[in-house]
Amino acid sequence: MNKVSVYGKGLTKSYGKTEALKSVSFSVEKGEIFGFIGPDGAGKTTLFRLLTTLLLPDSGAASIEGLDVVKDYRRLRQILGYMPGRFSLYQDLSVEENLRFFAGIFKVSISDNYHLIADIYEQIAPFAKRRAGKLSGGMKQKLALSCALIHKPEVLILDEPTTGVDAVSRREFWEMLIRLKQSGITILVATPYMDEAILCDRVALIQHGTIMATGSPADIIQTYPHKLFRIKSQNTLQLLRIMRQMPELKSAEMFGEYIHIGSSPNKMNESDIAAFLNQNNIRQFDLEPMEAGIEDCFMHLMKQQSST
Amino acid sequence: MQTSEYAIEAHGLVKKFGNFVANDHLTFDVKKGEIFGFLGANGAGKTTAMKILCGLLLPTSGKIKVAGFDVYTQTNLIKKHIGYMSQKFSLYEDLSIEENFRFYGGIYGLSRKQIAERTSTMLKKLDIEPLRKSLISSLPLGIRQKLAFSVAIIHSPGIVFLDEPTGGVDPITRRQFWEMIYEASEQGITVFVTTHYMDEAEYCNRVSIMVDGRIEALGTPGELKKKFDATDMNQVFLKLARKAG
Repeated sequence: MNKVSVYGKGLTKSYGKTEALKSVSFSVEKGEIFGFIGPDGAGKTTLFRLLTTLLLPDSGAASIEGLDVVKDYRRLRQILGYMPGRFSLYQDLSVEENLRFFAGIFKVSISDNYHLIADIYEQIAPFAKRRAGKLSGGMKQKLALSCALIHKPEVLILDEPTTGVDAVSRREFWEMLIRLKQSGITILVATPYMDEAILCDRVALIQHGTIMATGSPADIIQTYPHKLFRIKSQNTLQLLRIMRQMPELKSAEMFGEYIHIGSSPNKMNESDIAAFLNQNNIRQFDLEPMEAGIEDCFMHLMKQQSST
Repeated sequence: MQTSEYAIEAHGLVKKFGNFVANDHLTFDVKKGEIFGFLGANGAGKTTAMKILCGLLLPTSGKIKVAGFDVYTQTNLIKKHIGYMSQKFSLYEDLSIEENFRFYGGIYGLSRKQIAERTSTMLKKLDIEPLRKSLISSLPLGIRQKLAFSVAIIHSPGIVFLDEPTGGVDPITRRQFWEMIYEASEQGITVFVTTHYMDEAEYCNRVSIMVDGRIEALGTPGELKKKFDATDMNQVFLKLARKAG
């Protein structure tokens, strides 16, 4: 068991009548990449603002590297790197001025920790004199990450760093995070993209201010209770409407050109499904059993949450 | 003109800004009722092309028709026959649901009676009739997105343009949204959609992928996966876009 780096217990926060976080507890081990996976409004940003000492919890407690987020906020801020969801560097300062500014407020020089950011910063160094506001989305993201790292934080907190960026930049960003992890930094990352879960060591699936499940992606997938098949035909919408009428079915959800259908184990097999489709005059289809993914689990947990 | 089987016909679409070529001879057709995914990295030129197709920007050259109308001379007719929705802007937050429908219906020249009928039908379909007088700002993101789509097709356009419509919503809402898209397509509305979710590309009948101003791939998701020896559209996209740069 590794040492705990970030710890939260019973964290609760409301804005007026809106409960943004409802008693959230979790722990992140030192040196891991921990993902908070959930849609907009799930509570990810509120949680990160509590952890970064920018908001006070209504109740509950949290600590990072043994420092309490309320009592020890000054010392805590020294060891945190934070990249908020919205681009929050100085748009009117150049790339290089922003980096110098952030190094300055943490009283370090850029050369002290340059090795940490070298492979990221080198990609934007040709634009060192350009104003931050004039950078492309991908370059802004790299500059923001460089600025969050320049004081060599022990814990890096990234709020939706990949939202709105294309698949290539997204992939490159994750490659950077995996390299950073090797230097021992603990990384907390929030994302609405379900497919990024598998890039994390462990994840918390979060929705409506509640953590629905925590564990490694493989552990979470293990808990998926249904037997799952995927099926496709010429007309997905028609197939979906028919499948939903099959009484033994637990779920039918579109996944691209396929539909994933779930049943209780031992209740249904491929020939039952084929027979049902034949009765409904669908003869051309591909049907095969499959393993669940994180998105299947997320939807299953959401339905459980809304039925309780 | 309206008899063509194509909703969009683009042949050699070029758009230059000074020396910079944003769109480099784009040629593609979109069939009526088709769901067409328009993909590309940030900065590949998607937004420029979309603006031209919506009649908001003149191309430098090329022969382009949208809903049977010419993008050089008939931009007002194009605007009447298309719908548009983006993640960033769609509904007025300080108007109620009903007021948004009335506003957009009015812009598109629908009668009061038509607006009232369509509002009722859509609210019933979304199962949110009691929320009729609620302000948009008070609604959850998922409902807003479904409403924005309903408003974008309130005038039964031939084509609806969706610019990254599903960002940030939960996976169940995202699927409900795609079901609405499929239903619109079933009713004959052509859907032209951009997205960064590569798994969503697989919901489209056909997709094009733009790299540095050019269309580098065009086909059904199945064809593209086969051609690029990839298991999913994400791999296709990475293989194509990584070559660029």
